[in-house]
Amino acid sequence: MTDASLHPSRALATATADRARALARHRIPDAVFAALTRAAALAVLVMLGGVIVSLARGAWPAFSAFGLDFLTTSTWNPVKERFGALAPIYGTVVTSLIAMLIAVPVGLGIAVFLTELCPRPLRRPIGIAVELLAGIPSIIYGVWGLFVLAPFLQETVQPALIATLGRAPLIGPLFEGPPYGIGLLTASLILAVMVLPFITSVSRDVFETVPPMLKESAYGLGCTTWEVVRRVVLPYTRAGVIGGVMLGLGRALGETMAVTFVIGNAHKIQASLLAPATTISASIANEFTEAVGDLYTASLIALGLILFVITFVVLAAARLMLMQLERRQGA
Amino acid sequence: MSHDLGPAVRDMRRYAGRARRNRVWMGLCMAATAFGLAMLGLILGALLWRGFTALGPAVFTQTTPPPGAAGGLLNAIVGSLMMSAIGVVAGAPIGVLAGTYLAEYGRSSPLAAVVRFINDILLSAPSIVVGLFVYEVAVRPMGHFSGLAGGAALAVIVVPVVLRTTEDMLRLVPTQLREAAYALGMPRSLVIRRIVYASARTGMITGVMLAVARISGETAPLLFTALNNQFFSADLGAPMASLPAVIFQFAMSPYKEWQDLAWAGALLITLTVLALSIAARALTARSSA
Repeated sequence: MTDASLHPSRALATATADRARALARHRIPDAVFAALTRAAALAVLVMLGGVIVSLARGAWPAFSAFGLDFLTTSTWNPVKERFGALAPIYGTVVTSLIAMLIAVPVGLGIAVFLTELCPRPLRRPIGIAVELLAGIPSIIYGVWGLFVLAPFLQETVQPALIATLGRAPLIGPLFEGPPYGIGLLTASLILAVMVLPFITSVSRDVFETVPPMLKESAYGLGCTTWEVVRRVVLPYTRAGVIGGVMLGLGRALGETMAVTFVIGNAHKIQASLLAPATTISASIANEFTEAVGDLYTASLIALGLILFVITFVVLAAARLMLMQLERRQGA
Repeated sequence: MSHDLGPAVRDMRRYAGRARRNRVWMGLCMAATAFGLAMLGLILGALLWRGFTALGPAVFTQTTPPPGAAGGLLNAIVGSLMMSAIGVVAGAPIGVLAGTYLAEYGRSSPLAAVVRFINDILLSAPSIVVGLFVYEVAVRPMGHFSGLAGGAALAVIVVPVVLRTTEDMLRLVPTQLREAAYALGMPRSLVIRRIVYASARTGMITGVMLAVARISGETAPLLFTALNNQFFSADLGAPMASLPAVIFQFAMSPYKEWQDLAWAGALLITLTVLALSIAARALTARSSA
C-alpha cells in the first residue's frame, strides 16, 4: 500500500504540488502580459505627449522670430520670410462656423425624424445611409467639391447671390466679387455635409436615452410631436446634443482634404464669402512640402500646433459634456 | 373682435395653431432627412459615374503617367496596400493591448480614465497634425521621406480606433465567463487570452476592419511622410506613392487624363471603404444574432 495514487492524503499533496508548479509556470507570462497591456495604455499618453512636444519644438523658430505677432498679423510672405497666422485662423473659424450653422439644424432635424417620425422599417436603412456619409473619406468630398459642387455654385448659385444679396445693405459685402466657384462658402458647404452625420448620430443616440415614460406622459397630455421634442426631448438631452455639436465642430476645424480642394489657398482676409481664402489645415497641406527655409517650415508647424490646441480644447469640452450625460445615465 | 369669441372657439384656434406649427417643424425635419439622403446620392452618383468611366484594366497594370499621357495607378495601389499593412500591423496590437488594459486590468483606475479620455480626443484629432508629428520624429531625423514613415503615421491613426472598439467589445463579455475560468484555476492572462478574446473575437476583428477603412482614405498624414512617387517602388526607405496622395495631385492638375485617374482612384477608395464597413456590419450582425 505504498502507491501514492491509492493514498488519499499523498494524492492530494501531489495534486497541490502539481497545481502550484503549473501556477508558478504561468506567473512570469502573466506578469509580462499585464505589463504589456499597461505599457500599451501608456503609449497612448506618450503619443499625445510626443505630438505636443514635437510640434512645439518644430514651431519654436517661428514663435521666437515673430512672438505674439504671429497670431495677430496676416502677412504671409515666403520671399521676405514674414509670416502671420491670422488669415488661416480666420478662414478656419469662419468656414467651421458657417458649416455648423447649416449642419446643426439639419443634423438635429434628421435625428428627430429618425427617432420620432420615421416608420420603423425605414429607420435602419436611413440610419445606415447617414453613417455611410460619415464613412466616406474626406478626400472624396474634396474631389466631389472641386469637380461637381464648385462649378455648380459658380454657374448658378453664386451669380444669383451676387445679383440679389450682394446688393443688399449690411450683408452686401459678404456676397460681392466675381463668382470663383471655390472659396469660403464652397468650403463651408462641403464641411457642413461632412459633419452632418456626426451630429446626427450623436443626437440620435442621446435622443434614444430619453425615458419613453417621459415622452408618453407628454403625449398623454395632448402634446404635439414638435412640443414633445421641444419641451421634453431637447431639455433632457441638452448636454449630449451640445457634446455632439462640439464633436462636429472639432471635426470641422481640423478637416483638411475636403477644404484644401475648394478653398483657393489665398492668405487674405476678405469680407466676401465668395472670395478664395485659406484655413490652417489647407495651408499646411498645400505648402508644407514646398516650403523652403527653416522659418517657413517652422511657421507651418506653428500653424499645426495652433490647430491642435484649438481642436483639443473643443474636443475635450465635447467629451466632458458627453461624460457628464453618461454619468447621469448610470446614476 | 377676437375678445368676443367664446372660450371654445379660442381653444379651437389654439389647437389649430399648434397643429400647424407641428406640421411645419415636422416637415422641416423630413426636408432635412431628404437633404442628407440627396447629398449621399449626389456624391455616390457622381463618383460611380465618373469613376467607372475612367476605370479600365490599365488602372491596375500601369503606373502613374507623366502629364498628358495615359497610364494607371498601379504604384499608388501597391503603395497604399503596403503602408496600410504597416499601419495595421504596427498599430492594431498596441490598440488591442491598451484596450485590454482599459477593460480588464485598469477598468476604473485613474490611469485608465485618463487614457480613455485622451484616446477619445485622439480619435477625432486632425490627422494632418499626425503627419506633422511623424515628419518631426521620423522624416526630419532620417533626412528623407519614406514609405515607412507613411506607415508609422497611419499606425498612429489606427491605435485609437482599435483601442476604442476593443475596450467596448471586451466589456460586453459577461463577467460570469471570467469567474468560471478563474474558478477552474486559470491565471488572469490566460483567462483574457483564451476566454475573453475568444468570445469577443468578431467584435475585435470588426474594430481592425474599421481602422483599415479609416486609414485607406487618409491623405493628410501621408503628404509629408511618404510624400509621393511617380514611379513604381516597393522600397520602404524611399518616398512612396499612395492612392490618396495621387488623387490630391491629379485632381488639382489641369490635365484631363490625370483628373480621370483621380476619379478612378476615388472610386477604388470608396469601394474599399464601403466593402469593409459592410463586412464589419455583417460580422457584428451575425455575432449578435
